Amino acid sequence: MTHPIPAIPRSVPDRLRWAMADSWTVARRDLIHWFRQPFGIIVTLLFPVMLVLMFGYLFGGAISLPGGNAAGGGDYREFLMPGMFAMTMAFGLEATMMSVSTDAARGVTDRFRSMPMAPSAVVLGRSIADMMSSALGLSVMVACGLVVGWRWHESFGQALFAVGLLLLLRFSLLWVGIFLGLMVKSPEAVAAVQILIWPVLFLSNTFVAPETMPGWLGAISEWNPLSATVAATRELFGNPGWGGETWIAQNSLLMAVLWPMVIFAVFFPLSVRRYRRLSR
Amino acid sequence: MEVVVESARFAVFAEGLEKRYGKVKALDGLDLRIPGGKVCGLLGPNGAGKTTAVRILSTLLRPDGGRAEVAGFDVVRQAAQVRCSIGLAGQQAAVDEILTGRQNLETFGRLYHLGVREARKRADDLLERFGLADAAGKQAKNYSGGMRRRLDLAASFILSPPVLFLDEPTTGLDPRGRNEVWEAVRSLVAGGTTVLLTTQYLDEADQLADRICVIDAGRAIEEGAPEDLKSRVGGDRIDVVVRSAAELPVAARVVGRVCGAEPEIDREARRLSAPVMDRLSALTGTVRALDDAGVDAEDIGLRRPTLDDVFLRLTGHRAGEKEEEVAA
Repeated sequence: MTHPIPAIPRSVPDRLRWAMADSWTVARRDLIHWFRQPFGIIVTLLFPVMLVLMFGYLFGGAISLPGGNAAGGGDYREFLMPGMFAMTMAFGLEATMMSVSTDAARGVTDRFRSMPMAPSAVVLGRSIADMMSSALGLSVMVACGLVVGWRWHESFGQALFAVGLLLLLRFSLLWVGIFLGLMVKSPEAVAAVQILIWPVLFLSNTFVAPETMPGWLGAISEWNPLSATVAATRELFGNPGWGGETWIAQNSLLMAVLWPMVIFAVFFPLSVRRYRRLSR
Repeated sequence: MEVVVESARFAVFAEGLEKRYGKVKALDGLDLRIPGGKVCGLLGPNGAGKTTAVRILSTLLRPDGGRAEVAGFDVVRQAAQVRCSIGLAGQQAAVDEILTGRQNLETFGRLYHLGVREARKRADDLLERFGLADAAGKQAKNYSGGMRRRLDLAASFILSPPVLFLDEPTTGLDPRGRNEVWEAVRSLVAGGTTVLLTTQYLDEADQLADRICVIDAGRAIEEGAPEDLKSRVGGDRIDVVVRSAAELPVAARVVGRVCGAEPEIDREARRLSAPVMDRLSALTGTVRALDDAGVDAEDIGLRRPTLDDVFLRLTGHRAGEKEEEVAA
């Protein structure tokens, strides 16, 4: 019954090979979840679609866009979709946090840590799995957008760039999710984040123009990292936006790259530190 | 040189392990020696440091002081080698609920760096061995508590590690689940695996362990074979609860005469407790003698010795109580 104990890799390429193989095994677990619990993934995918229908058709008529054919329903949905894409990416934060805290609470994280696997694979596998599910979520949303009349009007390359910015935002939020997931004691705490994400969502340019808000609130909205990505993707897709005279509104493209990098630079080391602290 | 030779003789060797959380000392110089192929029961109340000890030995925690070797490897400096030589089953079944039993074992097998085919074969072997073959295709969330723990045990046994850590393996299980897990552990032990098992239950340690190490406040206070420990505690006991505390001295005298040993008195509970040799004659004798003495007993019962009794004997205070509280 004895099995050969695997040789522990010492060279850098061997270590990398282990890290990649193990990350994929960890990520693969999530893929199995999709097939084992299709209901969960379907709900996750359809919730933003429902919001598109709700905002696009229920509220859309009541919100007039600046400098445009007022109450043009199609236009509002053109305007809405980039915000919805970014929102879908923001929702991913909860999913990451949920997975991380559930594994920690159930002792699965400890099991991983007691095994001779690459330590980095626990978080790398998580990020691969979550980026895959977010890419899937974004594809569904793009399809949904095309159905309700949203189009991109600039080049295909610019559209791809916009998709890249959205996934970049998701990637940065991934590390916020890992950090928060390691911080909380139980998966129930995710509910708090699920609620808090809404004010963050509304305090942005996603649905209304920051210029219509009280000055200080408008400033917060404009500096919201979500706003940068939303404004930049509207520009790249050639969809109508709010414009705005402030520096931050003028430089959304730059900020859509900068913000996620800042978030990553802050939360990646925090997550690593938190993970290391598990052994304190 | 001598130290190295000595530690090499043990599958698990710990010397002066220390771990502090703020001002609290979770481990306060724990020594532990388990020879290869033996089962050691680490017995202690909640907060005694059992889990902390297991977490240090399984490389999940770094000790603040002392040193430990598992399967001949230092748990701090050679953590990777230790991880290749151990299995760990924690206080809850650390399995993926959504995956099936087989998928769980295959996933963990892959993470132990078995090949795809090897991992599958090993999963099948283990499912068979732990009596889960029929449930192999079911999701773990549909397993009973005992099945889940057995799946957890199977996952810790993928590499057939020489050393296995089981942290309260039957906590929260019904008697049937407990028996299932005990059976599984026994079969592993028969294969020569060294096991460190933590438990709050004397009978569990008694069932499974060759040696018992009693720990309290982060330190080993007693070590020995279960029989030795039990004979020190004195086997079965009789408990008498009287209606008023005023009757305690009389009752104590009566019970002491019948059982031939000084009973322990718990004033608050109006209860006294004494070891008995012959269960039935002690019970009938006590009932009759108390009646003759005119003592109004509320309850009289026989029971097996508990962890509390062991503690009272070994430390002079109850499990979980601080010594000062008793002295006060």
